[in-house]
Amino acid sequence: MSMTATAGRAHADPHHIGLIIEHPGPAPKRIVTAYGFWIFLLSDIVMFSCFFAAYAVLAGQTAGGPKGSEIFEPKNVAIETVCLLLSSFTCGMASIAADVRNRFWFYLGMAVTCVLGLIFLAIEFREFADLVARGYGPSRSAFLTAFFSLVGCHGLHVSAGVLWLLTMMAQVFAKGFRADILRRMMCFALFWHALDIIWVAVFSVVYLLGSAP
Amino acid sequence: MSDQTHGLVKHDLAPGEEEQHSVGTRILGYVVGLVLALLLTATSFFIAGTDLVWQPSIPVALIVLAIAQMGVHLVFFLHITTGPDNTNNVLALAFGLLVVFLVVGGTVWIMAHLNANMPPMDHIMQMRS
Repeated sequence: MSMTATAGRAHADPHHIGLIIEHPGPAPKRIVTAYGFWIFLLSDIVMFSCFFAAYAVLAGQTAGGPKGSEIFEPKNVAIETVCLLLSSFTCGMASIAADVRNRFWFYLGMAVTCVLGLIFLAIEFREFADLVARGYGPSRSAFLTAFFSLVGCHGLHVSAGVLWLLTMMAQVFAKGFRADILRRMMCFALFWHALDIIWVAVFSVVYLLGSAP
Repeated sequence: MSDQTHGLVKHDLAPGEEEQHSVGTRILGYVVGLVLALLLTATSFFIAGTDLVWQPSIPVALIVLAIAQMGVHLVFFLHITTGPDNTNNVLALAFGLLVVFLVVGGTVWIMAHLNANMPPMDHIMQMRS
């Protein structure tokens, strides 16, 4: 009798790590959803790594056009970085507020995140428009093609994130803190934090390493 | 492995999910992450434009600071830990990083040696004739 009990125990703990789950069913939907989104984010990061590889190869191919150190403005990049970092923080505050079902702090956190994201996008758009106006568009050289595709791809992600953010605010407003809304909010927070991680790589590799003469 | 004492445990943690803490502790975690990230960012921007350090060390320093800041973001904002309830998330991250390093490292390595490994163009023409 004790043998069968042991066998049952061993089955419940297949890896013998001391974690015995008596009724191992499927994981809760919250974990499955977030884990699937985590896999998507990692594949998104892999996609960004291809853009980074292309930029690293093409950074010197200026075809007589401007080098990175001639067109980058470190002050703007610093403001963009601080905006995105603070927005990551306020997004974290909003997810805590969503977990404790506090509408006021949720709306405030999301609104501040949205404003900071929009400031980031405005600065980036002005930088791009300025470069194109000076004739340094993406078709000028291989370096500028790689620069516009890498930084522009990140900018597109931030734009999608801002739209998603507004959708989340509207859904919480219309439907409240339901379980499915909270799952979406969790995925959004993951997305926004991952964008900030990619921006760390962008400002270090593109702007700071590229501004060296 | 404090879970061993329980015998019966709850499920794993989802990515981005924290263990059960009070709101104050959670906010404190984000504040610590924000301060660390701001310090690392400020150091990066300072080092990139300074004459105070040996110039060839700057690229290495920038890359190390960037990796450190990504680690800060992963730990304090995405709550990726080494706990047993986080194993799935860490393994997925490890595989993602493997692919990233293969793609970036492999591309840079191959493209940097392309000219050295290829015979000159006129040499190829002679081989054909």
